[in-house]
Amino acid sequence: MKRSAEKGIEFGLAFSGLITILTTIGIIWVLISESWGFFREVPLSDFLFDTEWTPLFSQKHYGILPLLSGTFLTTIIAIITAVPIGIIIAVYLSEYAHKRFRRNVKPLLEILAAVPTVVYGFFALTVVTPFLQTFVPGLGSFNALSAGLVMGIMIIPVISSLSEDALYAVPKSLREASYGMGATKFQTSFKVVVPAASSGILVSIILGVARAIGETMVVAIAAGQQPTLTLDPRQAVETITAYIVQVSLGDVQHGSMEYKTIFAAGITLFIFTFLLNNISFWIKKKYQEKYE
Amino acid sequence: MSNVKRNRNIDTAFKYVGIFFTLFGIAVLFVFIINILIDGLTRINWEFLTNLPSRRASKAGILTAWTGTAWILALTALIAIPIGVAAGIYLQEYGRKNRIARIIELNIANLAGVPSIIYGLLGLEIFVRLMNLGGSLLAGALTLSLLILPVIIVATREALKAVPNSLREASYGMGATKWQTVWHQVLPAASGGILTGIILALSRAVGETAPLIVIGALAYVPFVADSPLDEFTVLPIQIFNWVSRPQEEFLVNGAAAIIILLLITFVMNGIAVYLRNKWQKKISW
Repeated sequence: MKRSAEKGIEFGLAFSGLITILTTIGIIWVLISESWGFFREVPLSDFLFDTEWTPLFSQKHYGILPLLSGTFLTTIIAIITAVPIGIIIAVYLSEYAHKRFRRNVKPLLEILAAVPTVVYGFFALTVVTPFLQTFVPGLGSFNALSAGLVMGIMIIPVISSLSEDALYAVPKSLREASYGMGATKFQTSFKVVVPAASSGILVSIILGVARAIGETMVVAIAAGQQPTLTLDPRQAVETITAYIVQVSLGDVQHGSMEYKTIFAAGITLFIFTFLLNNISFWIKKKYQEKYE
Repeated sequence: MSNVKRNRNIDTAFKYVGIFFTLFGIAVLFVFIINILIDGLTRINWEFLTNLPSRRASKAGILTAWTGTAWILALTALIAIPIGVAAGIYLQEYGRKNRIARIIELNIANLAGVPSIIYGLLGLEIFVRLMNLGGSLLAGALTLSLLILPVIIVATREALKAVPNSLREASYGMGATKWQTVWHQVLPAASGGILTGIILALSRAVGETAPLIVIGALAYVPFVADSPLDEFTVLPIQIFNWVSRPQEEFLVNGAAAIIILLLITFVMNGIAVYLRNKWQKKISW
């Protein structure tokens, strides 16, 4: 009697675990089945090489390149902002800062990560863009630069906290050997500790990139909704995520071409983040083996 | 000799650069909060909290938005907490260290990295369309539950992992079954850590915008929802809607709504940090 109850409970628990697998299967199935319909009407070569994305106009083009360029432009700006600052913060907190400073500052940095992204979008649109307009000529009220910068600020905690963990895990003996050779703290940090933690830092950067690619609200609010194939950060661009939001705001009928386009855009986004995530897992695994 | 001096100078310089950038991040946060307070604080009054949305900025309120957020929070908690904690218990206490366990682990790590908007597409197809729930509170809560499930599972596992084995063995020694051990000994001992993870996950759900837009949550809902099958809006969507309009007065409304949203997020995060500290202090196995 008791044993069967135990079995029942175990089964219930296992089923809950199974839901995570079902979620993944669901995501992949939904993306593939809906974009299947899309690719039956649009040849893959058009999707990959056409330079215009105008599914909402009467003259329809289905080239993903403008959305990709918008996504990469904002992501690159975010990464250029977040990586140096994130790593400097990580090195400072791990190698230089007093324990107490570290203990007080870390929760504050965590708050940066807890702020809802729609709030960052507001910040980009109403504070950063007007500020940038005072010295960047030709900056539109919607632009990739401001959205990218704010996304960078948002990603700083991701990079700083993961990098700091990696730096912290470097054995003390390495630092002591370096000091013993007469190196300064700066030399030790950047020539010994950072290289030793490089794979962990790389993981933090990759996860930062994945986060930036998938970020939606900041770019939907501040970067604009015009799919333009450009690398000029002063222009309005549209990212993959912003396009999905733009279509979802309207009333989309299931089975319509617009409905299918958001899944085609979605599967493109999913492939990129899936690859980045798994590269980071792979690096992490290799790195852990090295230290154990 | 000058070389040594130069190296020392670089060292000192970096110390200040480090302090500068660390404080820069925090300074941005402050600039940002002060700015929003200046923009929106005067707009907050009783009418703002109790008015329905309106085309006129001065009459528009956030009643439907904050009640929607409260609904979503409650429903998501009801769905995600039992499933997430159960899955965490299974993986940590019951799961065997075999290939399937590794696949599930990798799968959860992957799910945690899937952009939230993709969960929106999943919810749109499965909950809104196939299960025919429409753009309802329930569809939104189910979508967000899947989104925060990995966070709750990982937090549960971490908390369970921290419980020493001696506790389990003592319980088995008294003749307790596996589930009795988990339910009466391990789970209470890990409850602080699990609760922290749950609150952080829910605070994330409160701030999510994109997946709910995708499943069709509306910005303009002229009534307060009174069943899980009603259409809804939430604070972040209301903010997005106001911020997307060109008129200055709506931006002010947006700032005011942001203050309310941040208040909710910060209170939840504060509780989580408080619990974490308390829990960490209490534990000295």
